Amino acid sequence: MADVNAKGVLTAPIFKNNPIALQILGICSALAVTTSMSVSLVMALAVIFVCALSNLFVSLIRNHIPSSIRIIVQMTIIASLVIVVDQILKAYAYEMSKQLSVFVGLIITNCIVMGRAEGFAMSNTPGMSFLDGIGNGLGYGFVLMVVGFFRELLGSGSVFGFTVLPTVQDGGWYVANGLLLLPPSAFFIIGLLIWVLRSLNPEQVEENEFKMKENTQPKEAV
Amino acid sequence: MAQGNNSIKKILIVAFALCIVCSVIVSTAAVALRPAQQLNQELDRKTNILNVAKLYEPGMDVEATFSNQITARVVEMESGEYTDEFDPNTFNNFEAARDPATGRTLSGEKDIAGLSRVENYSTVYLIGDENDPEQIVLPIRGQGLWGLMRGFISVEGDGNTIVSITYYEHSETPGLGAEVNNPRWQAQWEGKRIYDEEGDLSPEIHLTKGGASNEYEVDALSGATLTSNGVTNMLQFWLSEEGFGPYLAKFRSGTDPEDAEDTDTNFEDVEGA
Repeated sequence: MADVNAKGVLTAPIFKNNPIALQILGICSALAVTTSMSVSLVMALAVIFVCALSNLFVSLIRNHIPSSIRIIVQMTIIASLVIVVDQILKAYAYEMSKQLSVFVGLIITNCIVMGRAEGFAMSNTPGMSFLDGIGNGLGYGFVLMVVGFFRELLGSGSVFGFTVLPTVQDGGWYVANGLLLLPPSAFFIIGLLIWVLRSLNPEQVEENEFKMKENTQPKEAV
Repeated sequence: MAQGNNSIKKILIVAFALCIVCSVIVSTAAVALRPAQQLNQELDRKTNILNVAKLYEPGMDVEATFSNQITARVVEMESGEYTDEFDPNTFNNFEAARDPATGRTLSGEKDIAGLSRVENYSTVYLIGDENDPEQIVLPIRGQGLWGLMRGFISVEGDGNTIVSITYYEHSETPGLGAEVNNPRWQAQWEGKRIYDEEGDLSPEIHLTKGGASNEYEVDALSGATLTSNGVTNMLQFWLSEEGFGPYLAKFRSGTDPEDAEDTDTNFEDVEGA
């Protein structure tokens, strides 16, 4: 952790060390909420908020957290923040909160938030931890927006709710691909995205965990 | 430091202090934001009612339009009479269904909408003149494919012609069952009729595959058979004598529920027929 600097902490998680694309964390909510871009955006903002503040608070009291109950302490802080976000959304963005439904609550179990609290905030200063939270939230949000863009464009023919490809149901020509409105389609898009990111940054490609033995050549039966 | 942190005393102090701080933050947020949240829910309900009555335009003052044009009343389902026993503004259909005093359990074959319990009283919303309404908005609900669907249906003052239908809460498949809220699909409902000329209380309206051919049929949702069945079942239930049938019958016969006392016997005959 020698090279902890503000710029690196903030930008690395977006492409170089993306929590979804490289660490494969937080997939569940990325599948569920990316049917439209506006919902993805609100979800991303909520995660940035929770991740940044939970990192900040965990880091602030990191020297006083007994190691035996540190996970519970982190969870309590994260859960409180998530409930506050949920209440705010219900009060000021009611339509949004109806669409996000349980997934705001499930930020509590989002591995990114927990992972950063345990992996970074416990051993770094509050300022850095706060930036790290924002950076990882942005990395998560970036993937969400990309997935949301393709799913909304191909699944509903619109971007941010504005019609781009008029669908047959609304009297246009575009036959919407229903699969893209269902959660599994996000797997394909995230998979393709990981492929693109790793082609651009070959050092992200992991070593094979084991090597398969070469096929034995069958000898001609004589 | 680590040694000191892990003493039992320190663990208890940290855990206790954290709980106090977090609970104060959470409860402050919950209490401070509750009025705004309730306002939102109320506004959402009113917007849906205006929407189903085709009075809603984006950007309008929902609150003012609602109080100017719409009167809420509570109806006793079985008799179809208005009752003043409950305040229509606070009466809650879902709670009434659970309460033994105001709800009843449905037996298997009657429970086509999959509700298990249903209320004996319901709020209805009258648009225009309270005694001779232009439209009547009725709350409906029932099982779809994935869960309970809640919505409103609006009927013209003749108690038979449908104006529109909308669902404000459902969990149907996006792109298939969730098309119940597609404006193009909803538009087909306009002018459809609930009951046939025979005058009984069994609704004829239903969804059908392969194109609606008469005024009692509406095109089913393509690729969403179970959602379509759910919609048909909940209409068949809520518009029958178990639901709003007796109430709507008063509008169909042209008598007002308020002064329908003397015509009650006629309905007995009709039901028996």
